[in-house]
Amino acid sequence: MELTETWFLVLSAALFCIGLVGLLIRSNPLVMFMCVELMLNAVNITFVTFSSVYGDLVGRTAVFFVLVVAAAEVVVGLSIVVALLRVRPTATADDFNVLKG
Amino acid sequence: MEILVFIVAGAIVLGGALGVVFNTKPVHAALSLVASLFGVAVLFIAQEAHFLALVQVVVYAGAIVVLFLFVIMLLGVDSTEDLKVEPLMGQKPVAVVVGVAMFALILGGLFLSGKGGPEGAVALTGVEQRTVAYEEAQPEVDQLGLDLFGRSVLAFEATALLLTIATVGAVVLVNNRGGTRPVDEPGEAAR
Repeated sequence: MELTETWFLVLSAALFCIGLVGLLIRSNPLVMFMCVELMLNAVNITFVTFSSVYGDLVGRTAVFFVLVVAAAEVVVGLSIVVALLRVRPTATADDFNVLKG
Repeated sequence: MEILVFIVAGAIVLGGALGVVFNTKPVHAALSLVASLFGVAVLFIAQEAHFLALVQVVVYAGAIVVLFLFVIMLLGVDSTEDLKVEPLMGQKPVAVVVGVAMFALILGGLFLSGKGGPEGAVALTGVEQRTVAYEEAQPEVDQLGLDLFGRSVLAFEATALLLTIATVGAVVLVNNRGGTRPVDEPGEAAR
């Protein structure tokens, strides 16, 4: 049994789907954010795997940019969460329905 | 030996991911996320991406999760969440079905396009040849740096701008000079 890149791709698919299910199930905004980070990490593993398969540097550069954008996204997203939960500390993602209907 | 490293790191990654999804307390979920991110860093090293593993640990586990924990500490949202409450009828079973279907879709795409070898990867992505060559002998940092400041300099400068915007936006969003106070009524927060 040899370690081919298929193992990495299956692992990253599983990680992506676990993050997806977590994002759909949870209602705490912070935990939903953490599930988004899981999905981004799965994509990073896929990028590095394909970079190793092709011997291509583009995958590594893409991982770098995904990392930077994820950090910026967490910064802005958490500041939004802070601004929202400061007003209503016990709110979940379902309570912010002012734009509904 | 490589298989052993992969299995252990993979178990840590998936175990941490399941911990994030199924932990009721946010702090426990954040710690599971740290475990998962360390596992991902080990997987990066297993594929000779040493600099990316370093950046992963420093940025993700060292900054982003710490940011999560700071927000949890600041807001005191450590309340346990009931995973059985469903605001929408049947949402959680449908979510699980969607997750499994997505997994099946990705695996189908991977294995049905050519038995999952290197030919499978080529058939999956449709890419025949590499775009920028990656030498195994040269350190990854040098090649990444040359690529970032050479071929991808526009994207690099754009992400620098993005980080500046994110920082300014974060300061503006949490600016509390108006002095908001906690409210209980739904809808009153919209005023």
